Amino acid sequence: MSFQPVKFYQTGTFTVGNRLLEPDQRSVQANMERTNSLNSGHRACQGCGEALGARYAIDAAMHATNKQLIAANATGCLEVFSTPYPETSWQIPWIHSLFGNAAAVATGIAAAMKVKRKKGLVGDVRVVAQGGDGGTTDIGFGCLSGMFERNDDVLYICYDNGGYMNTGVQRSSATPPAARTATTMPVGPEPGNPFGQGKFVPAIAMAHEIPYVATATVADLRDLEHKVKKAMTFRGARYIHILVPCPLGWGAASRDTMKLSRLAKETGLFPVFEAQYGEITNSTKIRRLLPVEEYLRPQKRYAHLFGKTPAVETIARLQALADKNIRRYALLDKEAN
Amino acid sequence: MNKPFAITLNPGSSLANRTGSWRTERPVYVDRLPPCNNQCPAGEDIQGWLFHAESGNYEKAWQHLTKDNPFPAIMGRVCYHTCEGACNRAKLDEAVGINSVERFLGDEAIKRGWKLVVPTAETGKHILIVGAGPSGMSAAYHLRRLGHRVTVYEAGPMLGGMMRFGIPKYRLPRDVLDAEMQRVIDLGVEVKLNAKVDNILETMQTGKFDAAFLAVGAHIGKRATIPAGAVSKIVDAVSVLRSMEHEDKPMLGRRVVVYGGGNTAIDVARTAKRMGAEPIIVYRRTRDKMPAHDFEVEEALQEGVMIKWLSTIKHAGDSSITVEKMELDANGFPQPTGEFETLEADSVVLALGQDVDLGLLNGVPGLEVTDGVVKVDANMMTGHAGIFAGGDMVPTERNITVAVGHGKKAARHIDAWLKGEKYEAPAKHQLATFERLNTWYYSDAPKTVRPMLDVIRRQSTFEEVQGGLDETNALFEARRCLSCGNCFECDNCYGVCPDNAVIKLGPGKRFEFNYDYCKGCGLCVAECPCGAINMEPENI
Repeated sequence: MSFQPVKFYQTGTFTVGNRLLEPDQRSVQANMERTNSLNSGHRACQGCGEALGARYAIDAAMHATNKQLIAANATGCLEVFSTPYPETSWQIPWIHSLFGNAAAVATGIAAAMKVKRKKGLVGDVRVVAQGGDGGTTDIGFGCLSGMFERNDDVLYICYDNGGYMNTGVQRSSATPPAARTATTMPVGPEPGNPFGQGKFVPAIAMAHEIPYVATATVADLRDLEHKVKKAMTFRGARYIHILVPCPLGWGAASRDTMKLSRLAKETGLFPVFEAQYGEITNSTKIRRLLPVEEYLRPQKRYAHLFGKTPAVETIARLQALADKNIRRYALLDKEAN
Repeated sequence: MNKPFAITLNPGSSLANRTGSWRTERPVYVDRLPPCNNQCPAGEDIQGWLFHAESGNYEKAWQHLTKDNPFPAIMGRVCYHTCEGACNRAKLDEAVGINSVERFLGDEAIKRGWKLVVPTAETGKHILIVGAGPSGMSAAYHLRRLGHRVTVYEAGPMLGGMMRFGIPKYRLPRDVLDAEMQRVIDLGVEVKLNAKVDNILETMQTGKFDAAFLAVGAHIGKRATIPAGAVSKIVDAVSVLRSMEHEDKPMLGRRVVVYGGGNTAIDVARTAKRMGAEPIIVYRRTRDKMPAHDFEVEEALQEGVMIKWLSTIKHAGDSSITVEKMELDANGFPQPTGEFETLEADSVVLALGQDVDLGLLNGVPGLEVTDGVVKVDANMMTGHAGIFAGGDMVPTERNITVAVGHGKKAARHIDAWLKGEKYEAPAKHQLATFERLNTWYYSDAPKTVRPMLDVIRRQSTFEEVQGGLDETNALFEARRCLSCGNCFECDNCYGVCPDNAVIKLGPGKRFEFNYDYCKGCGLCVAECPCGAINMEPENI
């Protein structure tokens, strides 16, 4: 656990808020005065995990910086659905330039703010860059790596939904193995994304030995908010990777967004942890361990695994990936089990 | 506005885009009926009073509870808490200890001297209540709260009825009983003790009563014809328990045979044990067929009460009895085997059920008696207009909680009848089932076990067997409530909406949907821990 959970029955810190908690124990999202950085009227699909993740993360960053925040956005769903010209859903200073350069734009803003601050024109304005997995792990990866390497004072947040969703669900380097997209093998003995070497950007970010790297899901709000706030206590390059289910691209019911992100964590397929200067400092333990099938079954992108002859071997390989995560990131609480 | 190059439109907010038009289904906040409330024979709003107890506001919880039931300290000891059997939490870990929290609230009220709400206006109507047992005193309380003048006639020397003369001290200490009875009297209820009503119509006429509620209970022990010798001592269980309240304790001897398998049989056997006897219960069927509650059987066995299953008494002599062994037939009925056995017995106590003394009803026109109990309609009124009845004297399951519920129900109908109206109970909400809950959000929390008195002291004294909770574990126990079907303001819907379409109205005011922007994704419904949001089709 990355933060001190309140051992408080009946819901403790599992729910967004709780009328029985002290005000300082409540989440940013429970606050009637939250920024609502990403406001109503945006054109994201019903049950969009990314819209939710973005509001969670940016509201927390606004809270942590006392609203002294500028965001740079990569091209992607988040940018498209929030800012169709001339409307915007953003209630913060926000800029979009190109698909691949969000990290570089943010670097520039950070530099400009540093100069302005020295001249006494602004206070301590912090910078966030954000994008989807396409803009982060594929197209913007060079700029991102450069930002890490220079240790620019930017928090980069990646909302990972495992594909290029707004253009019609194409594969990205973050598409998980066996998941079907518009551009993966549609037929044959093993449809879906091939089992490759994987490209897990949080681990690559750690390899840059930047001050802070973390992963989170939209299902664990307290954990997510804690990580964003903690990231804001560091200077230099920081990276947070948030798993955000996509009802459209994953072929899931819009009401299941939270359930799926919870299952991703509880099966071990998506490890939730934090690292400082290249070393893992904490992992969020699995509360009720479940087999990967529980996560795969409700999603149509894995439907080919559960046909007349279930793809037992493929499911086993996915389970092996989960088991490896559990070992590598110590996702089970040894004392509790 | 001075626009930059190639820009023709002013910047606008996405609020102009009413995404609510995408919706095919709409979420709606609902209140559902928690299974505990649905189960409670006294009609308590259990989830409602636990809600206040959860925040540590015990007085408010107690006030909420006593709107339905004025006797929480008694209930917390003698109620068979079928609510806990219905509790959804039982499917998660263990049922919420509703009964133990109720007792805590009741004891807290006695300790701190909390007062019941006094009626603000008098109606001028005068109502006669016959019998100061749970049903009569409950009716007295509810009628008094509605502003009626109430007079209770009690045949016995003390208040409480079966709560005093049927339930042993080790289950219900008398100071607790007295305190909760006194609180009802403090509301201005008049009581006449040692005042047996022999003719109901006469008493009503003399006292100019506008209506009457009869709750005389069932105090006559049923007898069975057992061939017996001249010197054999055969008594009935009700008399034994009643005489425990007087100076002259019953003389039962050392070996006491209790005949019967109900809760009264267990009570009398445990009482005999505490008086130094060696009780043995003789019952014609098996343990799983026994009408007594299993936990009471278990406690009796722990205390050293012996039970002889599948046996009937054939003959009672002066120092022994003859029992015949039985066996169950295919339908589960006991059949004689012809095998006999002799047991030492200084006395035989019959616990074979109780009958109602209906003497006071002789000559009342319209009144119907079937199987020894008085027939009442759905409004608790007998065949004679203005005379209502409840508790053990009407066809019902006989226990204190049911009796208290009858008192409340009758009071409402009497009140309406006096006004020339008919009381219509508000429509019940849909049941809050376990499937509706999202139990992920509830912390793991095992039930708090109440302390039990040492067996040695249970065998020799009349001290209370079951202990209570203290303030810390009562709070813990209250907070185990899942609040099934009723919003407890966890902010989940407010947090999980990707469209900010949930408006938080502030503490105690719950939430509201902003249908201008709600796209109808259903996330709030799926993530509501207690199932208090419903998805309804949109009219398109």
